[in-house]
Amino acid sequence: MAEKILYSYTGLFDTPDEIIHAAKKVADEGYTKFDVNTPYPIHGMNNAMKLKPSKLGYVALVFGLTGAFMATMLMYWMMAIDYPIVIGGKPFFAFPAFIPVIFEVTVLSASVATVLTMLFVFFKFPNNSHPLHGTEYMKQVSSDKYGISIQADDPIYETDKVKALFKELGGKNISPVYYDNEEINAKHKIFEPKFVGLLIVAALLVSGTTYIVLNKLMFMTPFSWMMEQDKAIPQEINTFFADSLGMRNPVEGTIARGFIPYLYKGEPELAAANLVNPLLPTKEVMAQGKKNYDTFCSPCHGYFAEGDSRLRGQFPNPPSLHSQKAREWSDGMLFHIITEGQNVMPSYASQMTRQERWATVLYIHALQRAFNAKETDLK
Amino acid sequence: MSASEKSVQYTKKELPANVSKFGIALLAIGLVIIVIGYLTEPTRSAFNNIILLMFLTSIGLGSLFLVAIEYVGGAVWSTPFRRMPEFLSSLVVVLPLIAIPLLFHLHDIFHWMHPEAVETDNILQGKAPYLNTNFFIIRVFAFFIIWFVFYKLLTRNSKLQDNTSDQHLTTKNIRISAIFMPFFAITITFTAIDWMMSLEPHWFSTIYGVYYFSGSVLAALAASTFIIVWLNERGYLVEGIISDHYYSLGALLFAFTNFWAYIAFSQFLLIYYANLPEETFWFLQRWEGNWLIMSLVLIVVHFIVPYFGLLSQPSKMNPKRLMFMSVWILFAHIVDLYWLVMPTFSRDGIILGWVELGYPLAAFGILILVFVQKSKKENLIPIGDPKLKRGLDFRL
Repeated sequence: MAEKILYSYTGLFDTPDEIIHAAKKVADEGYTKFDVNTPYPIHGMNNAMKLKPSKLGYVALVFGLTGAFMATMLMYWMMAIDYPIVIGGKPFFAFPAFIPVIFEVTVLSASVATVLTMLFVFFKFPNNSHPLHGTEYMKQVSSDKYGISIQADDPIYETDKVKALFKELGGKNISPVYYDNEEINAKHKIFEPKFVGLLIVAALLVSGTTYIVLNKLMFMTPFSWMMEQDKAIPQEINTFFADSLGMRNPVEGTIARGFIPYLYKGEPELAAANLVNPLLPTKEVMAQGKKNYDTFCSPCHGYFAEGDSRLRGQFPNPPSLHSQKAREWSDGMLFHIITEGQNVMPSYASQMTRQERWATVLYIHALQRAFNAKETDLK
Repeated sequence: MSASEKSVQYTKKELPANVSKFGIALLAIGLVIIVIGYLTEPTRSAFNNIILLMFLTSIGLGSLFLVAIEYVGGAVWSTPFRRMPEFLSSLVVVLPLIAIPLLFHLHDIFHWMHPEAVETDNILQGKAPYLNTNFFIIRVFAFFIIWFVFYKLLTRNSKLQDNTSDQHLTTKNIRISAIFMPFFAITITFTAIDWMMSLEPHWFSTIYGVYYFSGSVLAALAASTFIIVWLNERGYLVEGIISDHYYSLGALLFAFTNFWAYIAFSQFLLIYYANLPEETFWFLQRWEGNWLIMSLVLIVVHFIVPYFGLLSQPSKMNPKRLMFMSVWILFAHIVDLYWLVMPTFSRDGIILGWVELGYPLAAFGILILVFVQKSKKENLIPIGDPKLKRGLDFRL
C-alpha cells in the first residue's frame, strides 16, 4: 500500500438552500479550489461559487465557423469547379440551396467538437479516476445529500479552519478524503482486452447487420416491393409496349428542339464535299481534340495514328492515318467517318459531341502534318 | 435562504407624466399625418393602415399568446413581469378602431374584391368561396371578438387574483389558455392570409401564417422586454428581477430571431427550388428594381443585426443592450410588414414618404398610451399569483 495523501475535507448538507448559502460563504472566505456535489443541477450555483463563465462556448463558436467555412468551400469545389452539373436550371454555385447543408455541417461540427473538447480537454478523458470516486461522501451526494469538498491544495487551506467553517455553516459528516497517488496517476492503456473485445463485437454487429439488411432483408416481402415497380427500367423486358422496349423512339417526323439531325447518313461523298469545320485550331480546341483522340481513337489507331493498336491481336489492326489517302481526306470526310463509323470501326456519335468530333478532326490533321512535315515547317 | 422567506414587498408607483405626454405627442403627430394622408392619397394610406393594423395585431395577439403560453407551460420565471404582456394584449380592444378606416377602402386594396376581375379569372373564381367580401368581413370581426373574449377572460382572472390570492384562478387560467391555443393558431394564420397574403390573390404560400406568427411573437417579446427592462431599471417593479431574468428574455428574443429567419428562409428556399412561375413572381417582385435593396435590408435588419447583437451571454444580461435590441426588433418588424405589404401597392420601386413615417409614429403612440392607461388602473406585478415568489427566486 502506498502512502495516503489528504485530498480534501468534505461536509454534507440537507437542503439546496443550505448548500447555496454554504457555497457562497466558502467562496466569500476566499477558497478557490473547492467543489460542490449535488444529486441534480442547482440553479444559481455558478454565481454562488463565483465561477467564471465556461470557455466552452468559444470552442463551439470556432468549430461552428470552421464547419460553415468548410461546407461552403466543399460545395463550391464540388458543384462549381470539379464536377459542375446543371441541376434544376440553377447556377452551379446555387447559394440558397447550399444553406441547409452549411447549417447542418455548422451544427454538426460545433456540437461534436464541443463534446469532444469537453471530454478530452476539460474532463481529461480517458483518465477517469478522481479522488472522490468510491468514497462515502460520493455515495451520499449522489443520492439525497448536498456536499462541499474543499481541496487541501487550496492556497489558504488549513484543516482546523475548514472544519470550523463547516461546523459554523451547519455541515454534517465532516470528514477528510484521502487518495492514493499511484492509483490516481495510473496510466490507462487504451487497448485493454475488454475494450478490444468491445470493438470486435461492435465491428461484427455492424457488418453482420449491414450484410443481412443489404443481401437478405431487401429481397424479402414486403421490403422487396421497392424494387418491383411498374416502371421502365433499362435492359429489361417491358410488357407495356408491343415491342417490349422501355425506351421509346421520338415520334416519326419530329426532331428534338435546338437539334438538327445529321444530314449525310450513308453519304460520305456528300459529307466530304459539303461539311466545313466550324472550329479554328486554337490552343483550347487542340487540347480538347487531343483529349478525345487519346480517349476514343488511340486504343486502336495508336497515340500517333500509326495504326499500332494497344489491342493488337484482338481486333483487325486499323490502317495508319498517315497514308496518302487518309492525308488527303477533307475535314468533312473525317467527321463523317467518326460519326458513322467505317468497316469494323463503330460510330462515335454517342461518345463525342459534334464540337468534340470537329476538334478531334483538327487534332488528327495535326498528327498527320507532324509525320509528313513540309520543308517550310522545319524552318 | 433568508431572502426568500420574506413575502414579496410591492408598492405601486405612478409612471412619470412625461411618458404619457410623449405617447400623446407621437399619436397626435401620427394622427395628423394619417388624416392628411387619407385626404390626399387614400389608397396609399390604406396600404399603410394595413401595416399599422398588422403591427398592433402582432403585439396585442402575440402578447396574449405569451401570457397564455406561460400558463400552459407552467413557467415560473416570467410570472413577476407577466403584467407587461397582459397590458400590451389589451391592444386587441383597440384593433377594430384601426380596422374601420380600412373597411371603406377594401375595394382599392384587394384585387379579388373586383367582380369584373373575378369574372375573367379562373383562379380567383376557384378561390371565391373563401375570398369574398362578406365572408372576409365576417372573419375579421369574428376574430376580433374571439381575441377580445380570451383577453377578457385571462386578464380578469389575473386581476382578481391580486386581491384574493386564490390559487384556483391560476388553474382556471391554465384551462382557458389551453383552449385559446388552437383558436390563436387558426386566427393568426387566417389573419395573415386575409390581410396580407390575399393582397396578391394568385399567390399562395402554406408557411405564410407561421411566418407572420414568428414575427408577431418576436415583436410582442421585444415590446414586453423593453418595458420590463425600462421599468425595472427605474425601480417601478418589485425587487428581485435580476440579470437571470434578463438573460431568459434575451434568450427568447434570440431564439425567435432565429425562428423567424428559419421560417423566412424555408419559405424562400422551397419557392426558389421548385421554380414555379405561379409562386416565384412574389419573390421576383421583391428582387427587382430597388425592392432588392429592401429585401437585403430586411435580412440585415431583421436577422443579422439582432443575431450578433444578442449572441453572447453578457449581451443578453446587459439592460442597455436589451432595450436597444428590443426597439431595433420592433423597428425590424415594421420593415418586415412593409416588405410584405407595400410591393403590391408600388410595383415599380420603394415608396417612402411622410405617409409611411406617420403610421409607425401613431403605432408607438398607441402602444405607449394603452400601456400607460392600463398601468394606472392595475398593479404592475401580479402580487396575488402563487408563482410570484418562485419566479423572483429564479436562477439560471
